[in-house]
Amino acid sequence: MRTTQQAARATRSRSPNRGSALPAVSLALLLILLVAATAYVFIAHLFPAPPPITAAALLVDHQFDLTLYAVGIAFVLAQLGLAYMVFRYRDRGQRAHFTRGHTWMEVTWTLVTLATFLGLGIAGNRVWADLEIAPSSGDSIQVEVTESQFVYTFRYPGADGKFGRLEADLVSPATGNPLGLDPNDPAGKDDIVTSSLTVPVNRPVELLIRSQDVIHNFFVRELRLQQDAVPGMVIPMHFTPDRIGHYEIVCTQLCGLGHYHMHSMLNVVSTVDYLAFLKQQAAAQ
Amino acid sequence: MPSETATDAVALNHSGGNGARGLPPGRGDNGDGSVRSGAVPQRTYITGMAIALGGILMFFAALVSALVVRKGLSNAAWHTVEVPRVLWLNTLILLASSATLVRSRRDFLVRDEAGFRHWWGVTTILGAFFVAGQILAWRQLVGAGVYLATNASSSFFYVFTAAHGLHLLGGIAAMLAVAFRRGRHLDRGTAVEVVSIYWHFLDALWLCLFVFLLVQDRL
Amino acid sequence: MNASAGAHPELARAHAQKGFVRRHIFSTDHKIIGLQYFFLALAAVTVGIVLSLLMRFHLVWPAAHLPFISGGIMTPEQYLALVTMHGTIMVFFVLTTAPQGAFGNFFLPIQIGAPDMAFPRLNMLSFWFTCAAFLCMISAFLVRGGAPISGWTAYPPLSGLGDVTGPGEGMGQTLWLVSILIFCFASLLGSINFISTTIDMRAPGMTLMRMPLTVWAWFVTAILSLLAFSVLLAGGILLLLDRSAGTSFFLPAGLVVNSELQVRNGGSPLLWQHLFWFFGHPEVYIAILPGMGVTSHILANFSRKPVFGYRVMALAMCAIGFLGFLIWGHHMFVSGMNPYSGLAFSMLTLAIAVPSAVKTFNWLGTLWGGKIQFHVPMLFALGFVSFFISGGLSGIFLAQPALDTMLHATYYVLAHFHLVMGVAAIFGIFGATYYWFPKMFGRMMNETLGKLHFWLTFVGVYCIFMPMHFIGIAGGIRRYADSTGPAYLASLQPLHFFITVAAFITAAAQLIFFYNFFRSLKSGERASANPWNATTLEWTTPSPPPLDNFDGRYPSVYRGPYDYSVPGARQDFLLQNVPDERYAMGEEHSNAK
Repeated sequence: MRTTQQAARATRSRSPNRGSALPAVSLALLLILLVAATAYVFIAHLFPAPPPITAAALLVDHQFDLTLYAVGIAFVLAQLGLAYMVFRYRDRGQRAHFTRGHTWMEVTWTLVTLATFLGLGIAGNRVWADLEIAPSSGDSIQVEVTESQFVYTFRYPGADGKFGRLEADLVSPATGNPLGLDPNDPAGKDDIVTSSLTVPVNRPVELLIRSQDVIHNFFVRELRLQQDAVPGMVIPMHFTPDRIGHYEIVCTQLCGLGHYHMHSMLNVVSTVDYLAFLKQQAAAQ
Repeated sequence: MPSETATDAVALNHSGGNGARGLPPGRGDNGDGSVRSGAVPQRTYITGMAIALGGILMFFAALVSALVVRKGLSNAAWHTVEVPRVLWLNTLILLASSATLVRSRRDFLVRDEAGFRHWWGVTTILGAFFVAGQILAWRQLVGAGVYLATNASSSFFYVFTAAHGLHLLGGIAAMLAVAFRRGRHLDRGTAVEVVSIYWHFLDALWLCLFVFLLVQDRL
Repeated sequence: MNASAGAHPELARAHAQKGFVRRHIFSTDHKIIGLQYFFLALAAVTVGIVLSLLMRFHLVWPAAHLPFISGGIMTPEQYLALVTMHGTIMVFFVLTTAPQGAFGNFFLPIQIGAPDMAFPRLNMLSFWFTCAAFLCMISAFLVRGGAPISGWTAYPPLSGLGDVTGPGEGMGQTLWLVSILIFCFASLLGSINFISTTIDMRAPGMTLMRMPLTVWAWFVTAILSLLAFSVLLAGGILLLLDRSAGTSFFLPAGLVVNSELQVRNGGSPLLWQHLFWFFGHPEVYIAILPGMGVTSHILANFSRKPVFGYRVMALAMCAIGFLGFLIWGHHMFVSGMNPYSGLAFSMLTLAIAVPSAVKTFNWLGTLWGGKIQFHVPMLFALGFVSFFISGGLSGIFLAQPALDTMLHATYYVLAHFHLVMGVAAIFGIFGATYYWFPKMFGRMMNETLGKLHFWLTFVGVYCIFMPMHFIGIAGGIRRYADSTGPAYLASLQPLHFFITVAAFITAAAQLIFFYNFFRSLKSGERASANPWNATTLEWTTPSPPPLDNFDGRYPSVYRGPYDYSVPGARQDFLLQNVPDERYAMGEEHSNAK
């Protein structure tokens, strides 16, 4: 027959890992280091995305920051909470505190996380709706981009504002018809075909994205927007750039061995320069 | 530090706990405390079959959804394959085989061995006729120039019927196994139950697939 | 005291009469099968790590001369083949095999007090099919054109047209696909076993609410497997037909590949994505749920406290399993899918973060007020919690399509899924290995080497994967063979260099584990039945367990699985097969002042 004290002593002496300070402290310190390093990189903007060039992209950045605050706080609290637990409750010969749980705590933290995540979701979805579901404005400049292994080919409708018909069996890059433009279609006579995308600043653009062979993608970091190019579909993408400059277009959907060097350029120019570009291209075609 | 609990616990089981010998009910106790090697409660085989049917159902659900999505993407260009008329006969044959299977099982339960074997055999033969009928349907389609790759509807037709037919062949094999072998672990009654469940499932599945193929135009 | 002859002389005699092949190679004993899965996963992870090291090396030194490659310099298609095979082997042959096939097979029957799985011969078939699938997968490296280059996701048309789309897309892709189909079939057989066994073969007294959380995890995972692999099987068959029978399930008309017009009619590449991700999303929960179960199990054991909120933990795993089937579209936000679907998938994805967060809080709750003992399994369980926090939270960004448009297919995604799958789930496997090694092999692993392995790996994988978030935010794109394409990628090379160095060091640290593992097999200190003073049924039987697990004396269960430090008990743990009268007997003075 043992008293509680004797039982406790017996449990203590059976405890195999009295020397738990070292692992506890080490783990706690590493977690603190993790949190500090991660926070530092974000706060100091060590590896930032390039500045956004549309109002929609700015909204994306705001949503990113909002999410970062919420997630960041959770990250810090959870990792530091873990650090605290392993340090504070390391085996120092104490008896563990028996509990099977706490219903109210469960309810509380479930509701708090639910509210936080759903709140983020609702905020984020409003931005998504602006990016994707908002109707295109009437005076959008339409440009079609055809993606293939491993190039981007852009097509402007030209002065008549209409795209000529494309036929798959007419595709022949070797003879200068990479898109398969039907030579008998009058609407296509003034179509302008280029290998980079030039658009005027502050005008809405509707990009019609298509693919000739496999799934590709159109991504410009500064637009904070990307869209897969799916063969058999024409998918519109809308943006209104508000800053003049040259921005890289990259392909993010694995498309074959040349995936890593499939890229092009988005040139946002002044309205004057854009008109000059169109005239020059029309003459050259 | 050695724990004494393993032996203690085991020793305890002999005095306390459910079952005089610490054996769970339905454990396949031979009646003298020894356990039949590999013994498992017979109802487990039925559970296993039910679970397998869940997986099979999901497989066909995926195929059916694929057809629905594919059709939705190309409404204008959908040419529904004309279902060969022999399929109606095949459906009746399969339904009949379920009826004969029910009869066979009932004979088994009242220990009418001759009746059981007779109707079991009839079911198996009807199943074989069904498979033959499906092959005939394919030959008719091929004769009309409708192959696997002809169009989307024909592709799905062949895939649905082939997948179902393969599963049914498995069912026929199981029926033959029950007729000709004694299972070591699975007793005959359970085998009859399990194979019956599988067969009726495939029958019901065929009805759904068949109706689906008939009404695919309206989707 | 573990003579397998015990109470079953006929069983032992029958077993001894089987030849070596029937007993050890085509064994139907769930413990042997579990070990077979374990060693298969060990072989697979070795291959997977080597592939990843080659990838990391190439990213930093793309022009380096490699002696074992014909031509000397790794080509982009060889890089993509590495990417594809690394992902496929790790996801299927490590993360779907080790947690469920290895530990689940070995311990599920024992933890529920059963002599074996419900269908031992089916179990054996599952393993051998899985093995055949692995061999088929590896053979893709050896055929003309090499291994496929379409990633583990194998999107058509890239994967659907044969080698006109690229090297490796011929025979290599076909072998890959056949391997996956065999694997699907094997998994389905395995799930049937797991689910039936859990439903029908539990010991008397083991109600659902007394099952260890590991059993819950294996049970939910098996249900996910059953429903998800069926869909992959269907999709995979359709893709195989597109490749070899001229069908057009996924291939639209008018494709012009390399100036060659492909004659197809109106299939949809998006259809493959829907089918694949309907499987693919539950698959990642198949990979992590057993690790969650093991973590709960180990945290309780080495905090000497019950799992905080046991019921909620079990329920949360069910919720994760269920919701996991409803959120596959978050892999397809930019795919061309209807943007309205994006709204729905987004909200549901954020919803699944709730049970995941709740589990994390409960793990912290398990530690709170505990008596934490830093044995090696515990270190890995603690690591799991940290990695799950990091990886899970980074998913919150990806769950929002507005943010996914900037992060999709960047290194940010790699960071997220590697942290949860490639690290947390792996830590779950390591934790399980160190924890159950004594029971499986009757010997203890070396603690010092185990601790060294833990610290190096813990620091190492954070060094590898945290920087990837930043590469992604800055626009670093995944599956790129090198950084010579878009100009801005050059500025991210220092991060790549850091990651590669960390990767090599961390991979080297795994050699400590291998050494420890194999040396302990031969000459580790002999293990007792219950070296961790644990409560669940596997610790009531000798190490290693006898042939029928319990020497004929099958247990009955009287209590829940985590009765640690119960007030009034003589010891700080109570085995599940100990009835109440027993401990009360020794504690008349429990309330004495």
